[in-house]
Amino acid sequence: MGYEPQADFGTPASTSEKLVTLTIDGRSVTVPEGTSVMRAAAECGGDIPKLCATDSVKSFGSCRLCLVEVDGMRGTPASCTTPVMDGMTVHTQTPRLQKLRKGVMELYISDHPLDCLTCSDNGDCELQDNAAAVGLRDVRYGYNGDNHLGLEKDTSNPYFDFDPSKCIVCSRCVRACDEVQGTFALTIDGRGFGSKVSAGLATDDFLSSECVSCGACVQACPTATLQEKAMVEIGKPERAVVTTCAYCGVGCTFRAEMRGEQLVRMVPWKDGKANRGHSCVKGRFAWGYANHQDRITQPMIRKNVDDPWQVVSWDEAISYAASELKRIKAQHGARALGGITSSRCTNEETFLVQKLIRAGFGANNVDTCARVCHSPTGYGLKTTFGTSAGTQDFDSVMDSDVILIIGANPTDGHPVFASRMKRRLRQGAKLIVIDPRRTDMVKSPHIEAQHHLALQPGTNVAVLTAMAHVIVTEGLADEAFIRERCDWDEYQDWAAFVSQERNSPETLEPVTRVPAEELRGAARLFATGGNGAIYYGLGVTEHSQGSSTVMAIANLAMVTGNIGRRGVGVNPLRGQNNVQGACDMGSFPHELSGYRHISDVETRKLFEADWGVTLDSEPGLRIPNMLDAALDGSFRAIYIQGEDILQSDPNTHHVAAGLKAMECVIVQDLFLNETANYAHIFLPGSTFLEKDGTFTNAERRIQPVRKVMEPANGYADWEVTQLLANALDLGWTYTHPSQILDEIARLTPSFAGVSWPRLEREGSLQWPVKDETHEGSPIMHVDGFVRGKGKFVVTDYVPTDEKTGPRFPLLLTTGRILSQYNVGAQTRRTGNTAWHPEDLLEIHPTDAENRGLKDGDWVKLSSRTGETTLRATITERVAPGVVYTTFHHPATQANVVTTEYSDWATNCPEYKVTAVQITPSNGPTDWQEDYNSWSERSRRIVANLTAEAAE
Amino acid sequence: MEASRLIYMANQIARNFAPMGVEQAALATADHIKMYWDPRMIAGIRAADAAELTPVAAHAIRLVDGPVPHMTRATEFAGAHADGAAHNDAG
Ligand code: SF4
Ligand code: SF4
Ligand code: SF4
Ligand code: FES
Repeated sequence: MGYEPQADFGTPASTSEKLVTLTIDGRSVTVPEGTSVMRAAAECGGDIPKLCATDSVKSFGSCRLCLVEVDGMRGTPASCTTPVMDGMTVHTQTPRLQKLRKGVMELYISDHPLDCLTCSDNGDCELQDNAAAVGLRDVRYGYNGDNHLGLEKDTSNPYFDFDPSKCIVCSRCVRACDEVQGTFALTIDGRGFGSKVSAGLATDDFLSSECVSCGACVQACPTATLQEKAMVEIGKPERAVVTTCAYCGVGCTFRAEMRGEQLVRMVPWKDGKANRGHSCVKGRFAWGYANHQDRITQPMIRKNVDDPWQVVSWDEAISYAASELKRIKAQHGARALGGITSSRCTNEETFLVQKLIRAGFGANNVDTCARVCHSPTGYGLKTTFGTSAGTQDFDSVMDSDVILIIGANPTDGHPVFASRMKRRLRQGAKLIVIDPRRTDMVKSPHIEAQHHLALQPGTNVAVLTAMAHVIVTEGLADEAFIRERCDWDEYQDWAAFVSQERNSPETLEPVTRVPAEELRGAARLFATGGNGAIYYGLGVTEHSQGSSTVMAIANLAMVTGNIGRRGVGVNPLRGQNNVQGACDMGSFPHELSGYRHISDVETRKLFEADWGVTLDSEPGLRIPNMLDAALDGSFRAIYIQGEDILQSDPNTHHVAAGLKAMECVIVQDLFLNETANYAHIFLPGSTFLEKDGTFTNAERRIQPVRKVMEPANGYADWEVTQLLANALDLGWTYTHPSQILDEIARLTPSFAGVSWPRLEREGSLQWPVKDETHEGSPIMHVDGFVRGKGKFVVTDYVPTDEKTGPRFPLLLTTGRILSQYNVGAQTRRTGNTAWHPEDLLEIHPTDAENRGLKDGDWVKLSSRTGETTLRATITERVAPGVVYTTFHHPATQANVVTTEYSDWATNCPEYKVTAVQITPSNGPTDWQEDYNSWSERSRRIVANLTAEAAE
Repeated sequence: MEASRLIYMANQIARNFAPMGVEQAALATADHIKMYWDPRMIAGIRAADAAELTPVAAHAIRLVDGPVPHMTRATEFAGAHADGAAHNDAG
């Protein structure tokens, strides 16, 4: 693909089904009613000059450059604000229009610096293009009058500059921030000639303002006023490749705009069905980690984790790894070996890792980081509906009337989807938020939740059961739906259970701390407010009753008939970019790809025939079980691709002890992550920019990832796995990930119709895709549940065993923030640290006062498992008795304090509830200091000895 | 593996199935353990002191050896779907 910006149709597409036919410059064109004349002209290949219109935002009609003549209409209407009408005859290029447009351009240019030749936007500037298009040759007013030249540049944002002297006050940026992003950070201050764009208060620059650096304004700006710093530094791109973001489960697609092998910028792709041309700060800007100096590009080994690392050749590293694996297998049996697949790697890579473990190691000890996030979703939704995945596509939210968000913070965790949700809320949909914290969704510009149920952490099941109690006892259940779609007997058992007085909001109020009337109001709204959609995140799953909560959510959707059409459904907001895919690909120890149990003879036979091996028929160990088994000597070798379990998994001490007990730890990653401190073999990984493959996002959408540059380490991750497999004599011969995808399709019914050529053609596919002709499944359970009848499951509230008491009186809950991603290995190595240089502890003013704490004080955070220090920030976002922090920075090691309690069904750790105490502190704990010195020691690298000797 | 941890896990599973009644809950717990536990974990809990187990969990561990119906149905197999989408686990 060469480099041309994507076509701009000037105004957004109309969704009307009614068609209108008109004539533009003698050409007949048919478009949906509500389309602007400007867009209709663009759709039939015309090009009306424009400055203040762009198709990501509503038209505004301020620049007067897009004037047209319409037969029978007086004057020269602006084409961007004039809707098409049947039989209209439009002229877009007449001498009169040319003259008017020239005049308009002249005024703009007289107030604009004429440094086109040296401007970084040269060749990519709409002002320049339009001046040429209207034939402007000369400016009559001269350049000496009043102007805005020489205003100071705002360079505070790490990724883009704001140069007001180039601003033409078209307000595209303001509208993009309002309509596309929904942050309302920008305003036009002043009037007429004095007007200018500003980020909030006069004293604010971009960095200190409300701006979340999504880049929508930069993309909308027609001039060089708002522009990526990289464009200034590197220059204009010369080719573009469409690929998928490797950060979160929204799965935004981007045009990676390149200059040679250098990435210049990531521009959200308008045809991306997940993001529709929008993005967040991570995907658009935070890709600097890809070539960060910390990246390790050569393999390394060491006998002992106390030794320094030794750089070796690929051959040496792979054969050492293989010999260790063979030795341990011979001595201790196949079940002493295992591995972890990565939710950041592609489907193809994940599939290969689990294949290597099952077919090569000969054990089912394979797990993935979904264990610590969404494994309860898999269990809960499979039990109730029959499929381990969300039911809707993202577009569905535009048809929702009531949105219920529970345990999720979409503006931070899933920002691009949050923008879409906010747009729907501004259109009038109602909002219920169930969260211990007052998240940004609860109240933000032009949005306010009808009900915020600020529950006590750990009481999700009680709150949802109480909502069900209200719905059933007040006769609000959708019995027609239930009779038709669900098992009626099971429903009646369930209804009898929830109707018990002990499940009423009044009885449960002391436990949940949610005022009963508020809860009743929320339940009534959800049951009667029209299309109800539930969105949830890790605040649901990471509890000792995570799976029960997922099932309680499913019950709520079924009892109100909110399943099987647009605007409704149960939607897990998946954390990592490919966590859905990693689960689909058979990364769990008990199941093969497509969620088929390993003990199923038929399924096993299929794989055994294809792979030419015999598979173990018993489930393997899950991550926490692997660590336990390491301590008793029955688990000794692990291959970890792209995961940092030491930092991301609970109870760091226990993880460290487990890893330390193993004889062979192989880590494949971009950086020497925290887990690598305990590794014996380090295999350098590749970034998403360096390989082909597919990711599957939270809406089950399979999207291509495309290679834009050569891997800095020499191999894509799937190639590294193949090297290891072949050193274990597996004889793999893949030359491109598309062949792995074919194998997945051959062995997995829900992927049967997926292939690389088809993805190239169609952009993306939502599984299940039953065969080559099936178009995929945006909405699930339309005509019936996958499991047949929907299953109501009685979810009894069982309080967690992690309890507060005199020693640990506060409840800690953890989360993430927008600018950082997970353990931060990537985002900490980008300009995003401007927003989140350290993890902070949020504490309520009352709790802070009781402890004599001031904002910004160092505090010690201690629990039954450990202690750490960090700085406090005092806020009413959290309720009294609750504290909150993130886990993005290894220096904090928030997981030193989290416990090993976990979900009863899946062992997903209970990150969201830990009893803690907060006390003033004056510096890092012993553990932090010990760990830092150990980690520095463990990261020492000696160069290749033989190479050094030769020098 | 550490017996106390396995016992804690089994008791926790049993507790969450409790509303099904003793017999059913024991079957569901046994099914769950068969479906999700590695053999060494099952061996570990069999060898552990049953006195630490709740009655439902203890009963479940005795059932694990024999054939157990798929109680939780989270573990139903591919071909078994009522909608006839044979071998298509996802629908
Ligand atoms: S900054 Fe750009 S988009 Fe915003 S008003 Fe100025 S020229 Fe228009
Ligand atoms: S970067 Fe995004 S949030 Fe910031 S001002 Fe621009 S549109 Fe608004
Ligand atoms: S919302 Fe998620 S997928 Fe989209 S750009 Fe941001 S991090 Fe990437
Ligand atoms: S583009 Fe229509 S008035 Fe500016």
